[in-house]
Amino acid sequence: MSAAIALGDDALVLSQRLGEWAGHAPVLEEEVALANIALDLLGQARVLLSMAGDEDELAYLREERAFRNLQLVEQPNGDFAQTIARQLYFSTYQELLYEQLADGDSEFAPLAAKALKEVVYHRDHAEHWTLRLGDGTAHSRERMQLGLNTLWRYTGELFEPIEGCPADWTLLRSRWQARIGSILERATLALPEGARHTAWAAGGGRQGVHTEPFGRMLAEMQHLHRSHPGATW
Amino acid sequence: MVTATPLEAELMELAGAVPDPEMPMVSLAELGVLRGVHLVGPGRVQVELTPTYTGCPAIETMSSDIEQVLHERGIAEVEVRTVLSPPWSTDAITAEGRRKLAEAGIAPPRDMGGPVPVTLAIRCPHCGSTETTLLSRFSSTACKALRRCDSCREPFDHFKEL
Repeated sequence: MSAAIALGDDALVLSQRLGEWAGHAPVLEEEVALANIALDLLGQARVLLSMAGDEDELAYLREERAFRNLQLVEQPNGDFAQTIARQLYFSTYQELLYEQLADGDSEFAPLAAKALKEVVYHRDHAEHWTLRLGDGTAHSRERMQLGLNTLWRYTGELFEPIEGCPADWTLLRSRWQARIGSILERATLALPEGARHTAWAAGGGRQGVHTEPFGRMLAEMQHLHRSHPGATW
Repeated sequence: MVTATPLEAELMELAGAVPDPEMPMVSLAELGVLRGVHLVGPGRVQVELTPTYTGCPAIETMSSDIEQVLHERGIAEVEVRTVLSPPWSTDAITAEGRRKLAEAGIAPPRDMGGPVPVTLAIRCPHCGSTETTLLSRFSSTACKALRRCDSCREPFDHFKEL
């Protein structure tokens, strides 16, 4: 499996999901913020997928089972709190992973060093909203906690080693847990309980096994290119 | 490092004078995104450009604008390559570029200097007050944040540090 495809698919799929907020975000500033984050991720996806082949063919012509993204990033947006929970889990993971890759000398070092600076803003955005919703009203706190709980079972997969991606996955996991734990504590939220590393944990995205909503997302993402091959602006 | 020939220096100046497509008050040279212009054969030139943000959509317009000015100068073949390393930083924006941004109402980025980012106040480009509030970390383009001045109450864009 190509590591560039796994990392590129994470960025591409989350970019598409965030793009679905266009026209639906709670306030204009968030509309712009989520679109900006989606754009950064799309830029990363283009670089990473181009390392593995033709970016358009890879994005638009692969079947569901050929995608190697984490199941976390394909999960539907849910409410705003659930989107923020997904952003918090994923951007913290991506920041820690890119930090390691940027320090190394693999083929991913230049992209990781470049994208890390962007991802720091993504994590900062998710962290601020987690604090604001968690330490906000009883209602916002409940919704934020629900979002975190709903997606928790998808976080075990984050630390499954990717072949060809030179990272210390054990270190990544301990740092991720410490950082998420500290943010949730400050936000007066509880670290979710439940399966992450047992038979009940979700996972398998890296092997091409995806959840039901992913097929529908891909259909929307790919239909224009499949209906009008080679279409350009 | 190979010293640039007089022709390369001239082409670098031409390419560097191309305005940024999203912030036309600054040129590509002032923005610090033009990394080099190399003559690789008779009438063949390779240009190295680095994106501000990985997904910056302006890079395609920048490339075609550079191609156009170099074609007009009589260079038949122009290839614009995107380079990521070393990553672009807002510290690459020249002093003149910062002055022009501020003049156009965009608070320029603070100097990152070393590995530890500075936390100096961001000055309102309209009235000069240092009392400003962050409204959103993301604004009209990937590279800007939205702030409001607490003194004159005007909202403004801030070119955020990267």
